[in-house]
Amino acid sequence: MTMLDNPAAGHFLPLEPGHSSPGRIEKLLRAGEFTVTAELSPPDSSDPEEVFEKARIFDGSVDAMNATDGSGANCHMSSVAVCAILRRANYSAIMQVSCRDRNRIAIQGDVLGAAAIGVASILCLTGDGVQAGDHPQAKPVFDLESITLLAMLRKMRDESRFQSGRKITHPPRVFLGAAANPFRPPLDFRPIRLAKKIEAGAQFIQTQYCFDVERLKQFMARVCDMGLHKKAFILVGVGPLASARAAEWIRQHVPGVHIPDSIIKRLAGSANQKQEGKKICIEMIQQVREIEGVSGVHVMAYRQEELVAEIIQESRVLGGRTPWYPGIDEP
Amino acid sequence: MYSVRRWASRHARFFEAVYNGFEAVLTSLHPLFRRIGYARMDKPVAAVEKLVKGFLFDTKMCGSCTLGATGMVCPMNCPKSMRNGPCGGVRSNGHCEIKPEMPCVWVDAFAGSRLMRDGDRIQGIQAMVDHRLQGSSSWLREVRRKKGVPEIGDAAG
Repeated sequence: MTMLDNPAAGHFLPLEPGHSSPGRIEKLLRAGEFTVTAELSPPDSSDPEEVFEKARIFDGSVDAMNATDGSGANCHMSSVAVCAILRRANYSAIMQVSCRDRNRIAIQGDVLGAAAIGVASILCLTGDGVQAGDHPQAKPVFDLESITLLAMLRKMRDESRFQSGRKITHPPRVFLGAAANPFRPPLDFRPIRLAKKIEAGAQFIQTQYCFDVERLKQFMARVCDMGLHKKAFILVGVGPLASARAAEWIRQHVPGVHIPDSIIKRLAGSANQKQEGKKICIEMIQQVREIEGVSGVHVMAYRQEELVAEIIQESRVLGGRTPWYPGIDEP
Repeated sequence: MYSVRRWASRHARFFEAVYNGFEAVLTSLHPLFRRIGYARMDKPVAAVEKLVKGFLFDTKMCGSCTLGATGMVCPMNCPKSMRNGPCGGVRSNGHCEIKPEMPCVWVDAFAGSRLMRDGDRIQGIQAMVDHRLQGSSSWLREVRRKKGVPEIGDAAG
């Protein structure tokens, strides 16, 4: 395995020809490696050690961690700060940016700052509505949405200009990502929306949780027909469900998550629901990786982060590759 | 609730034709508008525009109208102001994540676009909103754009 196949996350490696960022994720995806990312939920704390504790759980299992930006409209440590802390240990971080809480002025400032501390990948999101979270009284901003956000960041990177047209002396070298939800109506519009995101600048895609492989296959077939899988790397969202009750709760309360009845029945009928949830997740990863156009998986294991290492190991998707982590080279 | 604007989106092809005809009429009035002055015309025309479009489409008068490219549905009725398609939060019944009683604006927009002659315009990317244009007439802005009459904030017009 060469340095370029399995690069150390944090080093400011030279920008390779044709690459947008010096980051690990872009290198792995372009090298054709099946890539694993995981969601890191930022702490409700000002202690950086809590970020490291959460990161260490994923050591050796994932290629990069997504620092969420007030996910579910709940208040947590900011994504840019989590990324800054992760970068101290050379971890590879994907900074999530949501349009719910900040306008175009604030976001552009954060992106320059993030690139300055070595953040190489940014996931552009519209964001959940404030009604979903712990501060429903807050003013929703939504000055931009995911597509206009992508276009703005691409302009900063490729034209070295702010949205206003003012010049940036050193552009942010970032690999741009977006989300996709193939599981919610209007289903026929979902591939078109993905095409628009790619046209606006998305280079990688992380999807919403997949619990319905058939629907994903239909979506991916259309995506491949349109040639979109050749224009962006698609990582499918997966995760373990803790129990039938937890699944039911997610279905009711978390916007955009589609869980078929068959999955809930299977969990409910199991003697060890947590174990069954993990098994379903492993099966999902193995099925998903066989689908044409899928470049990796994005694991979201909220409050079950300790299962991620086993899930990745037992699904054998890394094919013997151990993702870089701090201390990997120590004897 | 929402019945008029949903009715309008179900007749998107008809309103597309009406709109195209109306635009031609407005454009032919350009010499008149110019003589009176576009700036002076903006308030009264915007008032009429708000009345008509508000009744038919519940429009929010953002000043950068996209009706013809969004299935004759005003995307500013989306609580997240999505102008390029539905977010991932749409409920399985096709209703809005934020206002559960409201059908998703983009579910209606996509259905409306399928009825239109130029429905594939929905695939084009809409630029971000210029918030300075809120409340101004997009009808006049369209005529100005066609006739090459500049204005402040023209980039978004």
